[in-house]
Amino acid sequence: MTDQAYNFAYLDEQTKRMIRRAILKGLAIPGYQVPFASREMPMPYGWGTGGVQVSAAVLTPEDTFKVIDQGADDTTNAVSIRTFFQRTAGVATTTSTSDATVIQTRHRIPEEALSEGQILVYQVPIPEPLRFLEPRESETRKMHSLEEYGLMHVKLYEDISRHGHIATSYAYPVKVEGRYVMDPSPIPKFDNPKLGDMAAIQLFGAGREQRIYALPPYTQVVSLDFEDHPFEASKADHPCGMCGATDSYLDELIIDDAGGRMFVCSDTDYCEARQAAGHKGKDAA
Amino acid sequence: MTPLLSVQGITKRYGAHIGCADVSFDLYPGEVMGIVGESGSGKSTLLNCMAGHLTPDAGQVVFDTRTDGPRDTITMSEPERRMLGRTDWAFVHQHARDGLRMGVSAGGNVGERLMAVGERHYGDIRAKATDWLGRVEIDASRVDDRPTTFSGGMQQRLQIARNLVTGPRLVFMDEPTGGLDVSVQARLLDLLRGLVRDMGLSAIIVTHDLAVVRLLADRLMVMKSGRVVEAGLTDQVLDDPQHAYSQLLVSSVLQV
Amino acid sequence: MIELKDVSKTFTLHNQGSAVIEVISNVSFAVAPGECVALTGASGAGKSTLMRMIYGNYLTQAGEIRIGGLDIVRSEPRDIIKLRRDVLGYVSQFLRVVPRVPTLDVVAEPLRALGVPAGDAQDRASALLTQLNIPERLWPLSPTTFSGGEQQRVNIARGFAHTYPAMLLDEPTASLDAANREVVLSLIEDAKARGAAIIGIFHDAAARARVCDREIDVSRFTPGMAA
Repeated sequence: MTDQAYNFAYLDEQTKRMIRRAILKGLAIPGYQVPFASREMPMPYGWGTGGVQVSAAVLTPEDTFKVIDQGADDTTNAVSIRTFFQRTAGVATTTSTSDATVIQTRHRIPEEALSEGQILVYQVPIPEPLRFLEPRESETRKMHSLEEYGLMHVKLYEDISRHGHIATSYAYPVKVEGRYVMDPSPIPKFDNPKLGDMAAIQLFGAGREQRIYALPPYTQVVSLDFEDHPFEASKADHPCGMCGATDSYLDELIIDDAGGRMFVCSDTDYCEARQAAGHKGKDAA
Repeated sequence: MTPLLSVQGITKRYGAHIGCADVSFDLYPGEVMGIVGESGSGKSTLLNCMAGHLTPDAGQVVFDTRTDGPRDTITMSEPERRMLGRTDWAFVHQHARDGLRMGVSAGGNVGERLMAVGERHYGDIRAKATDWLGRVEIDASRVDDRPTTFSGGMQQRLQIARNLVTGPRLVFMDEPTGGLDVSVQARLLDLLRGLVRDMGLSAIIVTHDLAVVRLLADRLMVMKSGRVVEAGLTDQVLDDPQHAYSQLLVSSVLQV
Repeated sequence: MIELKDVSKTFTLHNQGSAVIEVISNVSFAVAPGECVALTGASGAGKSTLMRMIYGNYLTQAGEIRIGGLDIVRSEPRDIIKLRRDVLGYVSQFLRVVPRVPTLDVVAEPLRALGVPAGDAQDRASALLTQLNIPERLWPLSPTTFSGGEQQRVNIARGFAHTYPAMLLDEPTASLDAANREVVLSLIEDAKARGAAIIGIFHDAAARARVCDREIDVSRFTPGMAA
């Protein structure tokens, strides 16, 4: 039941309008970081304040809401945010990817392909992909506006020269529609191929940094690379210990003091659905 | 012959103070021009106006571009000017730290300009970077080391490699040998001379060191209080200065 | 090849009460290809000053100095630089080089500036250094550490590396022993034979007599020094 002490979805209507305008601008210019007046939220920065504000702005009473943190529906962060909107918006919640209309995520894209009508909201810590090489915001903005992206490849060059391959394994930079270079938030690069040509709307919110950016459905997204060191979406070379899936992104779990370990799907909904359908991995009880 | 750079009436004021006033000259392909003067004479202001780092209050800086012929770089769009800045122009800072990325390896520093103009083959970029390290006398084994581990002279040579890798036609240098030991300076001067000759570079060198211009520059401009008081062949200006200030400047140098 | 017409020069010393010193006035003479002319006159008569004016090193206040058709009094720096690279050589009394550059490269440099490939330029430099008796072990070293006589010979080798059509020689045989003096004189004779116009200052009267076709007494043009 909605807590009557709050406006629908916590934020006041003017604020939601402001955020929606930023979202629409972001959708109109895919990959471009739109500044917005980020509000104080009842949670610390780094806990998804950007994503929560975007979710608040797009949620309607008819929506079904899902929150995942590193693929899991049952972590503290995911549970808190889900409860937050249950209480302030009274929306239905779910852990099922296909049943959800709005999915807020931290660090993953669900394994199950999303469809038209769904919205995926990413929590973004640092929206500026050029930040670590060029700390001046005035300069990085100019680089974006003038499409001066040589520096982005310097980072990949440094990776190869130091590690022999592109060692960046998450927050792997992409180019959107041949124009803006974008940080896809700290998703594993395994998820990068899913960013492009996705049927769902993808929205990115960075609360502390006060930036929103977006990918409309079916947007071209290309991971940056070198001709002789092409992009590779990598994952641990194991099947899931619980459901036996070989196509999903895996977490490595240490299961005893003797260094025993197992690999399981990071997407809990995907894994549970497979187990329910009778798939069984080698570590399943 | 078309001048590579034609500077006309460049004036820059800082409020009531004059940075530089009504400076004009032509620089032809392959020419090296020195600009000397004491601190505050306006030589760095002039250099920064020419290189697009400062916007002058009046005047033109016409550069003979590869594709469109002579263009005023002051009025051209910023993207075009910045593109010049990483292709046909180079800028060597006095302090290598200002011209290098200290957190990026030597190879990455040299490769940046290549990647900025669209090179996307790691092996080729690295090979070119290594070749350039050799040309500025830095051992190829240092290609993955950061410039923080380099000596001052090596950092300056790395900055030069980073600037010249895209084969620019015009190099701006701001006190390129300042702050270096005399013996390191000599090696750098010889290196610059060779590169200028072999690549057919044009260069504008701002310095207060008359020995540097005598060895590097074909022509010399002497500046005082923002104005050019004398210009001509380097050895003529140094050996037979005409203006009172040039005479004072030349006679003030200690003989060794 | 070299032609001076009513050439005059003054020095204005701005920092010494703007004193104006007239050093050369109304010089006119010409040097034909294959001819060697000696400038004579007492010390201070302005021989070196006149030579530096012809090289463009000193500014000329009045008159014309034509070298291969170019009036250097009224030329742009880049034209003078081109003239010095292609046409007009100058062997001064002092060697001025970038420190730490090997002797072989110092000598080869005028040819490198003309675009001669490094190998060919070094071959020519080696031949000249051998001729002038600079031991091969010194070639990789900078001449800045050499003795006066060795520096002078490196300077001559450098000056003769390119076959300039016009040459200025300031005391080319000073501080040389008999053998090396002989080498230098034969280099001058070779240059004359191939048609170079040469102006020289020689204190060495025997050398002057041997290579020079005419003498011009510079004191005649020096205000206050004319007898």
